[in-house]
Amino acid sequence: MSDTNKKKPNRRDFILTATTAAGAVGVGAAVWPLIDQMNPDASVKALASTEVDVSSVQPGQSITVLWRGKPVFIKHRTPQEIEEARKVDLKELKHPEKDEDRAKKPEWLVTLGICTHLGCVPLTNKGDFEGGWFCPCHGSHYDTSGRVRSGPAPTNLEVPEYTFVDSNTIKIG
Amino acid sequence: MSSHEYTPSSKFGKWFNDRLPLLTLTNHLTDYPTPKNLNYWWTFGGILTFCLITQIITGLVLAMHYVAHADLAFGSVEHIMRDVNYGWLIRYVHANGASMFFLAVYIHIFRALYYGSYKSPREVIWIIGMLIYFLMMATAFLGYVLPWGQMSFWGATVITNLFSAIPLIGESVTHWLWGGYSVDNPTLTRFFSLHYLFPFLILGLVILHIWALHVPGNNNPIGIDIKKPSNDTVPFHPYIVIKDIFALLIFLIIFAFFVFFSPNILGHSDNYIEANPLVTPAHIVPEWYLLPFYAILRSVPDKLLGVIAMFAAIFVLVILPWLDTSKVRSALFRPIYKQFYWFLVADVLILGYMGAMPAEGIYLLIARVATAYYFIHFLVILPILGKKERTLNIPLSITEPVLGGMLNPSMAKAKKDTEKINSLG
Repeated sequence: MSDTNKKKPNRRDFILTATTAAGAVGVGAAVWPLIDQMNPDASVKALASTEVDVSSVQPGQSITVLWRGKPVFIKHRTPQEIEEARKVDLKELKHPEKDEDRAKKPEWLVTLGICTHLGCVPLTNKGDFEGGWFCPCHGSHYDTSGRVRSGPAPTNLEVPEYTFVDSNTIKIG
Repeated sequence: MSSHEYTPSSKFGKWFNDRLPLLTLTNHLTDYPTPKNLNYWWTFGGILTFCLITQIITGLVLAMHYVAHADLAFGSVEHIMRDVNYGWLIRYVHANGASMFFLAVYIHIFRALYYGSYKSPREVIWIIGMLIYFLMMATAFLGYVLPWGQMSFWGATVITNLFSAIPLIGESVTHWLWGGYSVDNPTLTRFFSLHYLFPFLILGLVILHIWALHVPGNNNPIGIDIKKPSNDTVPFHPYIVIKDIFALLIFLIIFAFFVFFSPNILGHSDNYIEANPLVTPAHIVPEWYLLPFYAILRSVPDKLLGVIAMFAAIFVLVILPWLDTSKVRSALFRPIYKQFYWFLVADVLILGYMGAMPAEGIYLLIARVATAYYFIHFLVILPILGKKERTLNIPLSITEPVLGGMLNPSMAKAKKDTEKINSLG
């Protein structure tokens, strides 16, 4: 009995291991297309950018546009709102980010209109911060820079990639 | 466990049964010995089987008229309600049937909790049951998305976003679930496909659940092991069959009341507004049967921990056979457990109510206390109570208490015979 325990791997053991390994790779290769078909497809990815004309948005107003099936808030901020967003002590913030880093032009704030908690659309000009947002689902409050100030949301409203095509047109994505 | 063996009486029956034991299977629906003291709380297994079959049949029919497309789904449901012959009836039976299914499953689960049906040797029945329960919740959630109303859309958004709480890969997982960057047409079509599949998985698990049940046989209200067949058992047919059918008829009266007199009372009126990705309803609530878990999710202020707590609430049920250390099954003989049992029932009802209320102020506070108590019940009270509690004396058989301190007559006779032999010897 004792020598069978110490038996050296022979040709059969090698073939068994090699077959199992080849089989595992084969099953993996066959399963991957079935999993990957659920990822965003080419037609979804093709709708990746949107251009928005913001010339009619007055200071204090905010519009919501659809980008990749998701709402995007474009807010024309008033000087007070900008000042309020910039004077906040970063230590008070749950997710510390400077307002200067969140808005390319101070009077325009562009963020995804999706609460970072569980994806509801926050309500504009509601909540504890005037000119900010409030998520009705689970009670997160955002300030005039779209930063989370209270509630269960872990991070600030996400700022999507965007550029100013000209002074009145924003290209998102 | 079971001393009950079946042999077909006819020669052909024996020949066939030796090759495919179908007749043994049929025997489990006829002569199969069941405890004679099963009360009406034991009729919900049959009711649940009925609910599952009803959901499959009505769902099959609805799928003939429903269109799984973001632009057409909402309209096709209205088409079913207004144009399809008896479409309103079939859809209301299906929608209310889901609620009835959960009502029955909650009674079934709480019956098992009261009478200790999850304890050895029935742990596997219990775990399969919990898998069924979990799949039922998944199926119900997927089905609720299909009408593509506001609650469908935003319910789907909130629940799929639970997966975004997973560190590092969370975002990729949600995009994979959605097939895009938000809940949209690809999400709807895959949800329809899975909603069609899951009931059949449930059916398979139900078969395993009943199979596992028929190995040790039914637990019973006094929670003792019984000899089968004996004076403690009656054949499944006609005794249990008749009782199950009577209970089912009562259940159907309640079912029919909802379908015909208040078909929308358990739903949410916002779901009669077509899905709009730009507007979140002011107050998102899941269907009533998911509310306790929703309350647990919301009562934890951290996103990831909230999701973990919600899934843990189900997982503690799965490992319950090992958390409850008491050897005595039935709460009838556990005076202290019996009280904690009713505290748990109240706690779950409170959680359900808090799940329907806005997550703020006093509601949030109560939900937090109730969430904490839920976990304390399973993780602290049950393990300790099983070791400390002084249980009452359990009878030796079902007939013993009725026959005034006598043992089961056949056992008493056997005992007398042994004594006689001993005295002779």
